[in-house]
Amino acid sequence: MSVSIQSIHKTFGSYTALDDVSLEIPDGSLTALLGPSGSGKTTLLRIVAGLEFADPGSGRVLFHGEDVTEVPAGSRGVGFVFQHYALFKHMSVADNIAFGLSVLPGSRRPAKGDIEARVHELLQLVKLEGLEKRRPHELSGGQRQRVALARALAIRPKILLLDEPFGALDAQVRKDLRRWLRQFHDEIGLTTLFVTHDQEEALELADQVVVMRNARIEQTGKPQDIYDEPRTSFVYEFLGEVNKLDDGRYVRPHEIELKFAAEEGVQVAGRVSHLFVAGPFARLSVVPESGSRREIEVWATREQVEEMALCDGDIIGLRFPEPKPAARPQGKAK
Amino acid sequence: MPKQRVIPGFGLSMGITIFWLSGIILIPLAALFLKAAGLGPGEWWNILTSPRVLAAAKLTFGASAAAAGVSMVLGLLVAWVLVRYEFPGKKVLDAMVDLPFALPTAVAGITLTQIYAPTGWLGQYLAKWGIQGAYSPTGVFIALTFIGFPFVVRTVQPVMEDLGPELEEASASLGANRWTTFRRVIFPLLVPALITGFTLAFARAIGEYGSVIFISGNLPMKTEILPLLIVAQLEQFKYEAAAVIAAGMLLVSFALLFLINLLQRRLNWQTR
Repeated sequence: MSVSIQSIHKTFGSYTALDDVSLEIPDGSLTALLGPSGSGKTTLLRIVAGLEFADPGSGRVLFHGEDVTEVPAGSRGVGFVFQHYALFKHMSVADNIAFGLSVLPGSRRPAKGDIEARVHELLQLVKLEGLEKRRPHELSGGQRQRVALARALAIRPKILLLDEPFGALDAQVRKDLRRWLRQFHDEIGLTTLFVTHDQEEALELADQVVVMRNARIEQTGKPQDIYDEPRTSFVYEFLGEVNKLDDGRYVRPHEIELKFAAEEGVQVAGRVSHLFVAGPFARLSVVPESGSRREIEVWATREQVEEMALCDGDIIGLRFPEPKPAARPQGKAK
Repeated sequence: MPKQRVIPGFGLSMGITIFWLSGIILIPLAALFLKAAGLGPGEWWNILTSPRVLAAAKLTFGASAAAAGVSMVLGLLVAWVLVRYEFPGKKVLDAMVDLPFALPTAVAGITLTQIYAPTGWLGQYLAKWGIQGAYSPTGVFIALTFIGFPFVVRTVQPVMEDLGPELEEASASLGANRWTTFRRVIFPLLVPALITGFTLAFARAIGEYGSVIFISGNLPMKTEILPLLIVAQLEQFKYEAAAVIAAGMLLVSFALLFLINLLQRRLNWQTR
């Protein structure tokens, strides 16, 4: 089901959380709301869920063309997964998952056997078979996350909303679960919206990335497009490491070519102030000879560094890529 | 290598603990049982099953349980209001909850008697309903509720504050209405704290003396509580009999509290 958010304002007292935000989420897409804390991304997610309501008279939220701006959370048919899961700790895994079905009014509540079958099906879906009798505290973080997901899916939501779904997990579990979620989304094709502050996560996982800052949407687009053609300096800086050159241009560390100082085509000569080799990669910090204050960060391969026999303190040459028209962002850098 | 502890001096702190416990709990209790042992089992039985003792025991434990039960409901309500809502005078109300802890119980007893006497401010309305406030088992119950309910408020309040909005939001987003959310999500998480509050209120009520003796009227067989009966025995220099009643009361109390603790432990394990 597609979601359409139309010029939403949200204020908490004198604080503006969302300022005239509009967004289209296509049916079946996996969309990431990306931004630093305080950018309004979670508030936007909660407004879509119906856990928070936009300022009166400010704008509308449409689900598949239907106005749901005033509809409370329980009647919207959305599945919401909380950052810290919010599992009911006094209930077993099975009871947690069945909750949304068991609270339906008598006429619409499935028979006990049907609920059990649905719980079993969901446990299979999230790969937690055999854990139905456990309690949340007996599960690992990743397992809890999947219980929360199964609980949200039990009511057959039309939209799935996830608030920092991997925020509380350690790095390895995070990566596994991220891939799993992508796969899972491709299988069930549910319109999904998730909030994250991790640009890598957003770029790897989403079909559509929405970059937010200071209560506004900065840029919306496909991950690759946003990475390659950031429209503002904020987006440039937020999506991965970037060097800001003296002429105001932004260059990603991996786009810079390493050369010997005397070679042809060198644009900047500089001294290697720090060289760090990890696995197949090498990271260099270069202080330009020109006396510029800015250190330039360069990513190269280990091979290249070894071929050139580079050490700390060496003088090397740098060559930047040809400026693309779109690579010159508008707006001022922070 | 011995395990490093954050706080040093296990020997010292344990020593003080044992010395302290012995000084104020173990030795006095042992002395009590020693005194009571001055009488044989037959006499024990006669004292403990005498109609007057049985009536007092029934009133003491019955009114205490009823008062603790009502305190549980009232305390839950007060805690809910204090945690959930913002209103003018909230801080004052919050502080007032502690008054029954601080107020001399005799003052509480005299005041309650004045108010709930059949001619008192509130007692006259109770009288119209055919309920006698002061000088009746109802009066005992009222006094015990007064001293009991702060225990429930103070045990439930922090747990309620810790619950946070997420659980309710999760429940609401899954389609549960407010009542269902309270019944199935919030209340079960408060039960362990409620039981703790009940236990404290109950234990306190069993031992309560000061406020009850003013409001109950102290009619033997009717409104006499066990602590008063013990004092009555002492006044007649029947030290052994007093000790026997005290020991019996202690054993029953201990058994009841132990049972509640077991129940509590089971629930805690469930909702850990």
